[in-house]
Amino acid sequence: MKEYNLNDSYITNIPERKALTTKDLQVYYGDNHAIFDANLDFPRYKITALIGASGCGKSTFLRCLNRMNDKVAKVDGEIMYRNVNINDPKINVYEVRQHIGMVFQRPNPFAKSIQENITFALKNAGIKDKTELEKRLEQSLKGAALWDEVKDDLNKSALALSGGQQQRLCIARSIAMHPDILLLDEPASALDPISTSKIEETLQELKKDYSIIIVTHNLQQASRISDYTAFLHLGHVIEYNSTANVFTNPKIQTTEDYVSGNFG
Amino acid sequence: MNAKKWDHVATGIIYALVAAVVFILIAILGYILFNGVPNISWHFLTSPAQSFSAGGGIRDQLFNSLYLLVLTIIVSLPIGLGAGIYLSEYAAENWFTDLIRTSVEVLSSLPSVVVGLFGYLLFVIKLNLGFSILSGAIALTFFNLPLLTRNIEESLRSVPNLQREAGMSLGLSNWKTTTKIVLPAALPGILTGLILSAGRIFGEAAALIYTAGQSAPTVDYTNWNIFSATSFLNPMRPAETLAVHIWKVNTESVTPDAALISSASSAVLIIVILIFNLGARFLGNKLYKKITATK
Repeated sequence: MKEYNLNDSYITNIPERKALTTKDLQVYYGDNHAIFDANLDFPRYKITALIGASGCGKSTFLRCLNRMNDKVAKVDGEIMYRNVNINDPKINVYEVRQHIGMVFQRPNPFAKSIQENITFALKNAGIKDKTELEKRLEQSLKGAALWDEVKDDLNKSALALSGGQQQRLCIARSIAMHPDILLLDEPASALDPISTSKIEETLQELKKDYSIIIVTHNLQQASRISDYTAFLHLGHVIEYNSTANVFTNPKIQTTEDYVSGNFG
Repeated sequence: MNAKKWDHVATGIIYALVAAVVFILIAILGYILFNGVPNISWHFLTSPAQSFSAGGGIRDQLFNSLYLLVLTIIVSLPIGLGAGIYLSEYAAENWFTDLIRTSVEVLSSLPSVVVGLFGYLLFVIKLNLGFSILSGAIALTFFNLPLLTRNIEESLRSVPNLQREAGMSLGLSNWKTTTKIVLPAALPGILTGLILSAGRIFGEAAALIYTAGQSAPTVDYTNWNIFSATSFLNPMRPAETLAVHIWKVNTESVTPDAALISSASSAVLIIVILIFNLGARFLGNKLYKKITATK
């Protein structure tokens, strides 16, 4: 494998308002230092893609952003959200996760009905009003482009849906909470091309209302759907710029090699 | 010989071994049912046991077994559930957790007669509970708890981690995720384990001889006051169970129809346990369908 200078990096300053900012973020798994000094600004109402080879730390980084790495890894540094450092131990992580939702690589609907999948967390968050619950149910399923396919089967088990439908249900479940930010960890990697393109269309609609950060190992997908792209290598953020620049005019040799397929 | 032939030989041996197991099972079951079922009658099930004359039944023993079972489950289920949830959802992977697991395993291999004698010394003598259903239920809890805890832990563990992550990512607390998402998904497995362990409790004799006692005093089935000495619900009365009854009839009984009573009681015991087993499957499936909304 070619040796790259990991300290050679290019991080752009975004002109948009920021949804989330990380300052000197470090992640350790025991003695293993997994993320080094990540300083990134994520814009509001845009899609930001995190790309990089397997094991580069992109999923690890993503999971820090709503504290899903608690108890798994040690996370140092600041994650600023609405002028609050949400990486502070005193922060109520359950509340953080209601503002910053997450969709996982493999669809993980609850073993409940379609309707309950959406309303369960809402009820838990204190929403009891029936009309409000029904409104959110319909809105979120429409938002995830699933409504037309399931509106007559809301009481059927979510496990009876296809993989692509299940994943869109998981997206609907997240947006029903009305989060600010949506974190997606390779949401289409377990799906077929048709389901993948449906998810991608859905994301284009969703970015009008949500700030989206997506981890993907599919470079075409990153270039198709994202506005900004961060390239990570061995735990270092090598380049962060508008997606057009990262793919057509990379500033760093490592990035150029990666996006052109000459990596390693 | 070539690989294909070896495969045939191995397959043949495996079939033969399975056939042996099935044969032994059917032989025992068949023997017990064949000898016992013709002796079961409504009179046998509903009349009290006789000490010296023929024609006694097993009414009180059958009720005692069921009552003891219910009490044991009431005592052991909350503890087993708590321990299982702790081991599966909360415990860190360290030497202490390993110690707990090892202890649970050791406890599960304790001979039931040892549990019985321990229960006799501690509950019957030291704590002054006497030969009673309560002493028996606590002794059976000791006997049942390890397997129940293990079963609950395994059922919870078999729920994919993705489900927990889904709950966490929606802002649910660890406790809410465990009780509202993981536990319902694990419920069919837990229920199956519980009913199978109920079968073990129902058939247990050695642990009860010294704790619940070997006498079945006549009780009044219309007296619902559990503090009354003659009430069938009184947990402080001695209570000979069906399994203990079979043991006693075979060892020290002087009734002329001891062999008949023993065979019929054994058949009743086996039939009840079979019903538990089949019921476990049926209920487990039904519950899973209800919870997951799969039709």
